[in-house]
Amino acid sequence: MTKGRVILKDIQFKLTIERLCHQLIEEYQDFSNTCIIGIQERGVPLANRIVSALHGIDKSLAFPYGKIDITFYRDDFRRRESPLMASNTEMDFNVEGSRVILIDDVLYSGRTIQAALIAISHYGRPSQVELLNLVDRRFNRHLPIQPNYTGITIDAIDEAYVKVEWDEVDGKDRIILYPNKQS
Amino acid sequence: MAIVSALSTKHLLGIKYIQTQDIETIFKTADNFKEVLNRPVKKVPSLRDVTIANLFFENSTRTKMSFELAEKRLSADVINFSASSSSVKKGESLLDTVNNILSMKVDMIIMRHPAPGTPFYLSQHINASIINAGDGTHEHPTQALLDAYSIREKHGDVKGKKIVIVGDIKHSRVALSNIFCLTKLGAEVAVCGPPTLIPKHIESLGATVFYDLRKALEWCDVANVLRIQLERQDIKYIPSLREYSMYYGINTELLNSLSKRITIMHPGPINRGVELSSDVADSDQSIILDQVENGVAVRMAVLYLLAGQVVT
Repeated sequence: MTKGRVILKDIQFKLTIERLCHQLIEEYQDFSNTCIIGIQERGVPLANRIVSALHGIDKSLAFPYGKIDITFYRDDFRRRESPLMASNTEMDFNVEGSRVILIDDVLYSGRTIQAALIAISHYGRPSQVELLNLVDRRFNRHLPIQPNYTGITIDAIDEAYVKVEWDEVDGKDRIILYPNKQS
Repeated sequence: MAIVSALSTKHLLGIKYIQTQDIETIFKTADNFKEVLNRPVKKVPSLRDVTIANLFFENSTRTKMSFELAEKRLSADVINFSASSSSVKKGESLLDTVNNILSMKVDMIIMRHPAPGTPFYLSQHINASIINAGDGTHEHPTQALLDAYSIREKHGDVKGKKIVIVGDIKHSRVALSNIFCLTKLGAEVAVCGPPTLIPKHIESLGATVFYDLRKALEWCDVANVLRIQLERQDIKYIPSLREYSMYYGINTELLNSLSKRITIMHPGPINRGVELSSDVADSDQSIILDQVENGVAVRMAVLYLLAGQVVT
């Protein structure tokens, strides 16, 4: 098994999350008419972390927080051998007229975000959607989709695989770059 | 990365032919679709390039509507066919009819037919995925799946639960599929009805037999009550509906006299006053309308999982 290279960990990892939160507060101030939506599955640990860090900075912040699964909206259905198993969607609010902060861990081809935008539109017409990613793989895009808030930019070849690990899921907070997905 | 969820089969011809793992995959996927059905927009684009033909050679209200709704909620293109208004009346063979429909680039077929084994026969001759929506007195797999799903929803799990199927077991495809499905999931299954309507050797499928309704209801956690299928009875199996109702009809008085609260299910259509009294059918012990609601989610799951295997 090929070993991956750790790109971000420990205090830098924590500071990156905190910086993203401060950027959000700068833009959204009291978060009125704003909601946060994490994309299942790997975007949710990041969204959880962002939400709790926001409350750590300002306890009075109140906003709806949802988790959306995009499996049924994927554009590769019937193009792979078997369908993927969906995760739970937890959205107990509508996004009609509100500002949406969409959160996923890694922005790669942009196809997940495209699917998420369609899924969100089924909960109403938001006034605006912004995208927050911990990792932006800016040279690997298949679609014209860009993040509004980025933790770290990683320039890697298409075959490379970036994995964000979380303390609560994987035992450590870190970002690892592997030469390929199998490694 | 999300887990891949493949079924072990290309067709859903009967519960007998699928694995327990398949049933669990279908239930988990149905949970997700149930959430979709409670959204403001109850539709996902998954099957947008899939065409499905609903071939109903026998009458149906619930199953046909449920399948059609499931297909439309998944954004599939749907064509409907009913034997009463088709060239079948002009003498066309089944295989010719289906091949003609397939020439129009149909990917999946939902089929109901009065002759047992018809979907299996078709699956030997055509490439499209086939879902059996009831073949004579043989199987009705999606009904059994939605029944078991409804029990799972109401009682948390199917495993270890005691379920009695009451009524015309002999002519019921719902009973057979239910016995296969519930035993695969680890439930204890019994059947109850007049001896003429209980098939011989039903015990070999793992079902206990009761002839006394009260004893059966005292034993069970859930009673799945079936309709007397007069249209499939060429000879008299019971003296009269009135007598059947006296011995095998469930009313509030009987339910209240039991030592525990049981759940009442019915696959529809109900003959009110025969197998179930109106107040029982509408009581809070009945989950009949939940079954109908769950039917759409379960059928969406089956369609999604089978269509996902087809490579365009």
